[in-house]
Amino acid sequence: MSDVWIVVIVSGVGTLALKATGPVLLGGRPLPDRFTGIVGLLGPALLAALVAIGTFANGQRLVVDGRALGVGAAAVAIRFHAPVLIVVIIAAAVTATARALTG
Amino acid sequence: MAETSGDRGFREGAVAVVPMAVAVFGFGLSYGVLARAAGMGGVAPVVMSVTTFAGSAQFAAASVLQAGGAAATAALSALMLNARYLPIGVTVAPWLGGGLWSRLLHAHLTVDESWVIAAEGTGRWNPRVLLAAGTGLWIAWILGTLGGVLFGNVIGDPARLGLDAAFPALFLALLVPQLRSRERSTEVAGLRIGAPPPAIAALLGAAIALALTPFTPAGVPIVAAGAACLIGLRRQP
Repeated sequence: MSDVWIVVIVSGVGTLALKATGPVLLGGRPLPDRFTGIVGLLGPALLAALVAIGTFANGQRLVVDGRALGVGAAAVAIRFHAPVLIVVIIAAAVTATARALTG
Repeated sequence: MAETSGDRGFREGAVAVVPMAVAVFGFGLSYGVLARAAGMGGVAPVVMSVTTFAGSAQFAAASVLQAGGAAATAALSALMLNARYLPIGVTVAPWLGGGLWSRLLHAHLTVDESWVIAAEGTGRWNPRVLLAAGTGLWIAWILGTLGGVLFGNVIGDPARLGLDAAFPALFLALLVPQLRSRERSTEVAGLRIGAPPPAIAALLGAAIALALTPFTPAGVPIVAAGAACLIGLRRQP
């Protein structure tokens, strides 16, 4: 089997295992009270990490490039309650423009 | 089963997901282009979008293969990036009480965006919204990938179009509504901080992720950032 298909199969099976472990083992049962405060905070923590990495990480290096401008413009659009699609388009357009200008 | 939360249904989930599905279609296009350029062929990227269904992980695997990395490295980096779905799966588990196949289906359709849309706040999730939103995102991701592998040479280099910045912008748009809270201050390690808990968790999560990026493989910083939610751990009564 080719390398590509090994990646597709291992990644597919592994990802489903990661996603399904909670629902299959704990499905339908409430979490202990102690943890209810935690699960509501996992979203903000993970999303903020994804924003930070997606904006500043280039492999293992931290860089400030066109993406920072694009995401900054998106933040302004979010501040003014722009629809999600507009926010995403602004981020892409500003980043593309910055790249075109800086070569 | 835990008490089902909220009165939103499939319809609300399907409506809420439309703008994100359009954005995800765009990411799918850029993934299809990159995967094809990485030598993955035309069929494997589409099959991966159907089965793995996780944007950042699939981008990571494609870029490892393109750089000539081993299959094991590519698969491992995809799984590291998806490790966050273990705790994410635990958060939705109390609201998924159906049979095994139903739980597997809901689990498969749980991605960052559907998970956020289906959140009812205060740690509750709506399985109907999760199913509808996840299905919409899944279809958009698959069709986008298909378009990317078929029409890649017309689309050109996705980075030139700024599509890589669209990802963090979408996550930012998902994050901001989650920062609101009824609590006005947070107690961390005995200190009272004048900001709501979700804002503190977000700042801490971003800081952890950036601090670890230079020193750990991709994916590790994101999972470690998830630990920021532990500031919400209640003391044992």
